[in-house]
Amino acid sequence: MSVVIFAENSEGKFKKGVFEAATYAYKTANKLGTEAKAIVIGDVNQEDLNKLGNYGISTVLKLNTPSNEFHTQSWSELVSQGFKTMQGSVLIISNTYTGKSIAPRIAIKLGASLATNVIDLPDTTNGFVVKRGSFSGKGFAFVNLSRATKVIALTPNSIDLEEQVTTLTVNSETIGTQAPATQIIGTSKTQGKIPLTEAEIVVSAGRGMKGPENWGMIEELANVLGAATACSKPVSDVGWRPHSEHVGQTGITIKPNLNIAIGISGAIQHLAGVSSSKVIVVINTDPEAPFFKIADYGIVGDAFQVLPKLIAAAKASMSS
Amino acid sequence: MKILVCMSVVPDTTTKITFVENNTKFNTQGVQFIINPYDEVSITKSLELTEKLGGTVSLVHVGLTENDAVIRKGLAIGAHDAFRINAEATDGQFVAEQIAAFAKDKGYDIIFTGRESIDYNGGQVCGLVAELLGLPSVNIITSIEVDGNTATMTRDIDGGSEKLSCSLPMVVSAQKDLCEPRIPNMRGIMSARTKPLTVIEPISVESFGKFQSFESPKPKASVKLIDPEHPEELIQLLRNEAKVI
Ligand SMILES: Cc1cc2nc3c(=O)[nH]c(=O)nc-3n(C[C@H](O)[C@H](O)[C@H](O)COP(=O)(O)OP(=O)(O)OC[C@H]3O[C@@H](n4cnc5c(N)ncnc54)[C@H](O)[C@@H]3O)c2cc1C
Repeated sequence: MSVVIFAENSEGKFKKGVFEAATYAYKTANKLGTEAKAIVIGDVNQEDLNKLGNYGISTVLKLNTPSNEFHTQSWSELVSQGFKTMQGSVLIISNTYTGKSIAPRIAIKLGASLATNVIDLPDTTNGFVVKRGSFSGKGFAFVNLSRATKVIALTPNSIDLEEQVTTLTVNSETIGTQAPATQIIGTSKTQGKIPLTEAEIVVSAGRGMKGPENWGMIEELANVLGAATACSKPVSDVGWRPHSEHVGQTGITIKPNLNIAIGISGAIQHLAGVSSSKVIVVINTDPEAPFFKIADYGIVGDAFQVLPKLIAAAKASMSS
Repeated sequence: MKILVCMSVVPDTTTKITFVENNTKFNTQGVQFIINPYDEVSITKSLELTEKLGGTVSLVHVGLTENDAVIRKGLAIGAHDAFRINAEATDGQFVAEQIAAFAKDKGYDIIFTGRESIDYNGGQVCGLVAELLGLPSVNIITSIEVDGNTATMTRDIDGGSEKLSCSLPMVVSAQKDLCEPRIPNMRGIMSARTKPLTVIEPISVESFGKFQSFESPKPKASVKLIDPEHPEELIQLLRNEAKVI
């Protein structure tokens, strides 16, 4: 029995969510009196691989594949096989697009209970109960996973990293899978941008910015803070910003440490996707904007006047 | 082209979410139910495909009789017929098992789901149904074209997008930008009344887990307002008090 993470890599490197999953696995393994292990697919930078040992992982199973291309079916097969090899009982996957694609398929292959959007460690005092986000952030659900094997998709930024130095063994194995049913034709990465779902800081803006030509300020603030940029639905609907930046109930649900919302009213559907942000800052000319009700800090003011000063202050602070 | 659209019925997006019976049940009192927004997109895209290539669009919903009016709205958008599997949809796995049992041997070329339902946000049904049926699955697609037996799609991936192809049959999940959902017109609403809505009894499914209770987000302390003339104070607070930058 062991708690196993699927450590997804992006061009040979791990994102922070992998170390969060490792922390989660280590703590869960401790509760269950077992070890935390990891599966990786393809080649990973040695330094990153070693870093898994800093977060409580004792064994890594490296699965060799002819290419690092992501195919839902073959990756589901690989991870399931690897999990069986490691005699896993709980599998932790980051709730990324890749993770969400493979978690259900793996759950069926393993006859496992499945929980996605998990945001806290399991309560093992009576069964195995996980807390997961529901109603797009307007509620949380506690689910008792009753099968012996469990698959958990952990939402990024839900668990604080905790170092736990462990001696790490790396084993390599080649597992054959069927030829992929899908063929990748081309990949386009949003260059140099932080994916919204993983961002620790998000600068978001709404119709209050009046037009796409005014987004320079938003991007500048985001740059200074190392943040991702986001927008409200109408902004992406009219094409001021790409749809991939739309957050809310029908957009992306985000869970950053800091969300700075500029010129967004805070309609219930918008709040649904952003209310799990740890700290919320609202900048709005309307003191009655509903967003202020869930904000931690607020500036009642005109973004066009506040932003230049705010950017200058942020620059000064970040360089000090 | 034979398309099946999995349709979930969810609380209207403006619903204030509360729980009853000692926080063990979602409070449906006064709540209006709608077609899951991602499933509206699936229905519209399926219609666009069949209008171009010929074929039919069927809806399948796992739920009780009170959802029939919402299913009829799906028919009013243009779907040809609908099937309701007569059971309370207790979780994604239960729903997927029912849909897979129904779809097996019916020869659907494409099974559409939404990327998630906006109530339980599971995002599970696409992968579960596909695996149960032994079909390929492509999650979170933002475009799809079908030529002969091959579909070419764009899917969202972490930090970007990807173009890929897959041969039919397959299961896909729709992202919002796949198309602009159609609004039913009067003719659609009238014809929906006479379209077939077949009720099917569920199969028995072994439980994978149970929703035990729910919790509402903790109320926030009131907002700390900062002088718009001195936004540098905000940076200080974010740095020294909230410690987030
Ligand atoms: C009384 C009651 C109690 C409920 N209790 C629960 C509960 O405890 N836990 C829970 O998760 N849900 C519960 N539901 C809600 C309902 O089943 C959810 O909408 C469904 O579970 C969504 O599953 P998911 O979260 O995995 O969604 P996803 O995996 O996000 O679903 C994605 C897609 O699956 C398809 N789909 C989902 N549901 C259906 C359906 N009913 N028929 C056809 N296709 C569908 C749609 O295409 C949908 O967009 C309850 C509903 C009722 C009426």
